[in-house]
Amino acid sequence: MKSADLAIETQGMTRAFGGVNAVENLDLAIPKGTIYGFLGPNGSGKSTSIRMLTGLLSPTSGDIRVLGETLPGAEEKLRRRIGYMTQKFSLYDNLSVRENLEFVAQIYGLNRRQSAQRLVELLALYDLASREKQMAGSMSGGQRQRLALAAATLHHPELLFLDEPTSAVDPENRREFWERLFDLSAQGTTILVSTHYMDEAERCHGLAILERGIKRADGSPQQLMAAMGARVVEVSGDDLRTLKQSLISEPAVLSAAQIGSRLRVLVRSDIEEPLAWLKPKVASRTMEEVRASLEDVFVTCTGGRARVNAQGEASHVA
Amino acid sequence: MWRRIFAIVIKELRQLSRDRMTFGMIVMIPLVQLMLFGYAINTDARHLPAGLVNLSDSAYSRALIKAVEATQVVDFKRTYFSAQEAEAAITRGEVKAVLYLDADLDERLVRHPAFAGQAYLAQSYLSQPVGQWLVDGSDTVVASTIRSLRQMPLDEIAGRALKTSTPSFEVVQYFNPEQRSVVNIVPGLLGVILTMTMVMFTSAAIVREREQGNMEFLITTPVRPLELMLGKIVPYVLVGLVQVTIILTAGHLLFAVPIRGGLDSIALAAMLFICASLTLGLVISTIAKTQLQSMQMTVFVLLPSILLSGFMFPYEAMPIAAQWIAEVLPATHFMRMSRAIVLRDAEVMDLQFDALWLIAFTCIGLLIASLRFSKRLD
Repeated sequence: MKSADLAIETQGMTRAFGGVNAVENLDLAIPKGTIYGFLGPNGSGKSTSIRMLTGLLSPTSGDIRVLGETLPGAEEKLRRRIGYMTQKFSLYDNLSVRENLEFVAQIYGLNRRQSAQRLVELLALYDLASREKQMAGSMSGGQRQRLALAAATLHHPELLFLDEPTSAVDPENRREFWERLFDLSAQGTTILVSTHYMDEAERCHGLAILERGIKRADGSPQQLMAAMGARVVEVSGDDLRTLKQSLISEPAVLSAAQIGSRLRVLVRSDIEEPLAWLKPKVASRTMEEVRASLEDVFVTCTGGRARVNAQGEASHVA
Repeated sequence: MWRRIFAIVIKELRQLSRDRMTFGMIVMIPLVQLMLFGYAINTDARHLPAGLVNLSDSAYSRALIKAVEATQVVDFKRTYFSAQEAEAAITRGEVKAVLYLDADLDERLVRHPAFAGQAYLAQSYLSQPVGQWLVDGSDTVVASTIRSLRQMPLDEIAGRALKTSTPSFEVVQYFNPEQRSVVNIVPGLLGVILTMTMVMFTSAAIVREREQGNMEFLITTPVRPLELMLGKIVPYVLVGLVQVTIILTAGHLLFAVPIRGGLDSIALAAMLFICASLTLGLVISTIAKTQLQSMQMTVFVLLPSILLSGFMFPYEAMPIAAQWIAEVLPATHFMRMSRAIVLRDAEVMDLQFDALWLIAFTCIGLLIASLRFSKRLD
């Protein structure tokens, strides 16, 4: 892909805090017009990466190009072209919805007429018209998040950064929120969103799975699931806890997790016939091979690895 | 640029108007402090609690005691029977001073020229003081007040009309002929109260936005540091002028402090000082990491502004090193200006040096604050 088509391009982006790498050698190539996700647990370097890409933090090493501009150096030039919705609500609690948006509009240099017009659009789009006089501090999580998105997109940014935008929002509002993101994406906005929700990650066009500052995998959710390197078998029957204990000690089993009355087993893909291979181990219980989910991908490239490592050490001791 | 400054000003004013407590403080701090200091601070000590040891108990001794009480310098609260007992009472803090009159008081009186008059002047080589004051001298104001009784005339006790003497110098007291401390304190209070409120308001300004998480959004917008700094200052200039009005009006009505200077000069001087104090607060705000730290630094500035600026003690009485420190503080310059304008009808042009210093302080402060404020998180 040509550089001109990329909204974000990094090579070896690294940031250390006190000798510990919060982000390590991160290579990204995010095409314009897509929704790209950072999936990872807390402390995996999602926020630090976003802060480097918005020019708030300088990288310790590595090259960053955002919308064709090199960072650090072009921060001020990029301010009008990017929008940033912080993880913590960053508008003013003791200003009303309208006052907050008016403030942001003036800061971005809109004149009175432009500002009034844009406010009408945003209040309608984000369903805030009935609350325009309400103080931001007294609103629910979902309402505040819509207000924050309205503020972050007020100046029609080409590139929008969202740092865990839905962590304080119920599922209903989350769906609604993603509808708005797809609207923005359809209008050509490139969106980079960090999350630790699988269902959200699954909605992204592209995805990077981060763990402890390192990119473990990237690609579209479909690609990631296809290239997972494991197959998924669901076992149902009784005494699943015991079965789990015995399966988990098998080197070819990457993970076994109980989901309701079923046990979801990830079997390494070098086992040709996972059902036949598992048959003697599960006895009379019923088995079914199912489609991999993003969570399985996440487990195989983060938690799974950690567990394998831990087991390897444990067997050494034994 | 102006639109963004205006946006920040409006935002600050809106937030301020919703913070009832702070809004109330803007009015209450100057009023309460003015009343407190106006009534409480008084450098002429009167009615000091005193004790008495009277071993003579003669008619003259009683007349002498009456005469001392009539000066209003002391009130005799206690009577003791020996010098030791009196000393112990001073140590306990029961009384500030004790008048000791010995048993031979009458003989001393007779030989004393102030009592005996011209006729016995020849005998003055025999004379001795008629009594002794034991004073808790740790407070210099108390000590010097009692010392003023050393040359107390004794004519009245002797039954003569008070003789009039020709002083060596005549003293004409301009601007405060009745010598009321409050006249000097009210214009000084302007400086103290403005230092306190102005520095405090802005010292929290940047830190608060950082602590509440607003800053991370704000620094990704096109706002420039200088715009942010100016936008944070302007609303409080108005607040400061409101406080000046409150202090001067209340001082005039409650304490009859004359306001001789032009209101335009007062407003101009106050404006310069308010801007200097606000930028000082802004600089603090760019250094402090938390609101608690900013508060500590405010107090660090506030104390010398009260103690070294000439508000409490005359500037001229301080050692040179302390004067230098005082010269740096905006409060010192404003203290001078406000007293000159309010009490002596001076104009800002008569006080160029002080005015220029405040202007320079503001410009340098704004520059430092803008340079220190970086739109980054690292």
